[in-house]
Amino acid sequence: MQSNTAVGTDFTFRVEGASYYYGSTLAVKDVHLDIPSRKVTALIGPSGCGKSTVLRCFNRLNDLIPGAHVEGKILFNGTNLYDKKIDATELRRRVGMVFQKSNPFPKSIYENIAFGARINGYQGNMDELVERALRSAALWDEVKDKLKASGLSLSGGQQQRLCIARAIAIEPEVLLMDEPCSALDPISTLQIEDLMQELKENFTIIIVTHNMQQAARVSDMTAFFNAQQTDRDGKMGYLVEYSSTESIFNHPAQQATKDYVSGRFG
Amino acid sequence: MTTTDPRSMSTGDLGKSTSKFKPNLSKRYQLDNIFRALTWLAIFIGLAVLAALIIDTIIDGSSRLRLDFLTSFPSRRAERAGIASSLVGTMWLLLITASVAFPIGVGAGIYLQEFASDNWFTRFVEINVSNLAAVPSIIYGMLGLTIFVQLFSGLTQGRSLLSGGLTLALLILPVIIVATREALKSVPDGLRLAGMALGSTRWQTVWHHVLPQAFPGILTGTILALSRAIGETAPLIVIGAQTFIAFVPNSPFSSFSALPIQIFNWTSRPQAAFHANAAAASVVLLVVLLLMNSTAIYLRNRYQQER
Repeated sequence: MQSNTAVGTDFTFRVEGASYYYGSTLAVKDVHLDIPSRKVTALIGPSGCGKSTVLRCFNRLNDLIPGAHVEGKILFNGTNLYDKKIDATELRRRVGMVFQKSNPFPKSIYENIAFGARINGYQGNMDELVERALRSAALWDEVKDKLKASGLSLSGGQQQRLCIARAIAIEPEVLLMDEPCSALDPISTLQIEDLMQELKENFTIIIVTHNMQQAARVSDMTAFFNAQQTDRDGKMGYLVEYSSTESIFNHPAQQATKDYVSGRFG
Repeated sequence: MTTTDPRSMSTGDLGKSTSKFKPNLSKRYQLDNIFRALTWLAIFIGLAVLAALIIDTIIDGSSRLRLDFLTSFPSRRAERAGIASSLVGTMWLLLITASVAFPIGVGAGIYLQEFASDNWFTRFVEINVSNLAAVPSIIYGMLGLTIFVQLFSGLTQGRSLLSGGLTLALLILPVIIVATREALKSVPDGLRLAGMALGSTRWQTVWHHVLPQAFPGILTGTILALSRAIGETAPLIVIGAQTFIAFVPNSPFSSFSALPIQIFNWTSRPQAAFHANAAAASVVLLVVLLLMNSTAIYLRNRYQQER
């Protein structure tokens, strides 16, 4: 159930009645979601409710899974995401992604960031770009003396910030974050949460998180998904409620939402 | 409830245990030891037989393992016969087989693993590749004879090194394809996702990230496949490798001999002196194989450490 979305902002994505399938199995049904620009939107819910599926479809990374398809409309800046005009590779430059388990390339820190820029035909000064991306990801001070070191030699939190730097180096409009802090310690988590507040000045951020407190801390809008058992022993996800974070956590409209955010299940 | 009075704790004494469990530890340790002995015996037998074989060969061939053995041509006189032409023939075959089988095999493996969609045709190809790896090598010999020696004789000049090399390449192609696929499969998917999420095309992701990561495995698999090819005798006999070549082949189109053929030929002679030659040639072949396998292991370890 969608209550009033943020008023007076542009919407980067508009999901209008989209259902997400893997083959013939319905994974998430009938989602209505408007993602406002330059804000942090959190997708929360118990496991199996399809949050990651919904997230991965925003940059069409789900296309890589055989049989995965979407019915209904997802609009990106007004154009249907699955329109023939849209090239998935170009889309992914504009909609970046950070994954749950940090996956820096087994190359130097410099190369990690330069790679994305290079294949997208970056024309400017690469050194400046690398420095800018690392500064924006709050990692520059820690690695400026060892840009040639392997990306894998960094700690978990640093690797994740490297992945963020890598994603924002190619200047996307949107940053999708799939449980970016779930493998990190609390201090690194807080560092990345602070980073998100800075990043949202330039990027639209959509974050999937298991951590409700995190959603409450960082997001402006929150969408609560839940899952129901299907008759074939599977789970099917659906959107329960979508509203400003303040509403969802303090006066949710649905009982299920209330139960979830107060920790009674999930 | 276990009574663990600290005063009764001596080495190994955990106090009285409850009657619900009868661990029977001594019998279980006995079984453990028996099993350990049996498995040790298994590897001992295997290694002992292998060692006996190698030592026996070295002893048999020791009289002939001299520099002139490597530089002489075959002769009717056993003491003068050497492996110059067959050794060079083997090296040529190695070169031709590797140049053909590596790009085609690795390319096919990359296509099947990274690009092919999961439909009936792909599965059909996969099944056939696996089966081809098990086809007896003499069948490949007959295939090579028909296609390379006879059908394409204009191109290959008949019973030449080129025909032999191409036949061996066909032989090890399925092995390389499978090894490539396994190496690619072992690359974690997160790497591909990271590449794609930055807006790379499929090929860019494979070329810049997946292949470098899979390369040690591919290289090892290729070298092992090549060392198998080097030892193959049957297909080369069918192709028409000569057994008495008194010159060093100097082009891919020349007729040739190879080490396994020479060994086979000398072993079938009645004179004992030729058996010594065969043993010596076997030692040389073993050394070549050892060098190749060591290179494979060395390269694999080096690449794995670099990361």
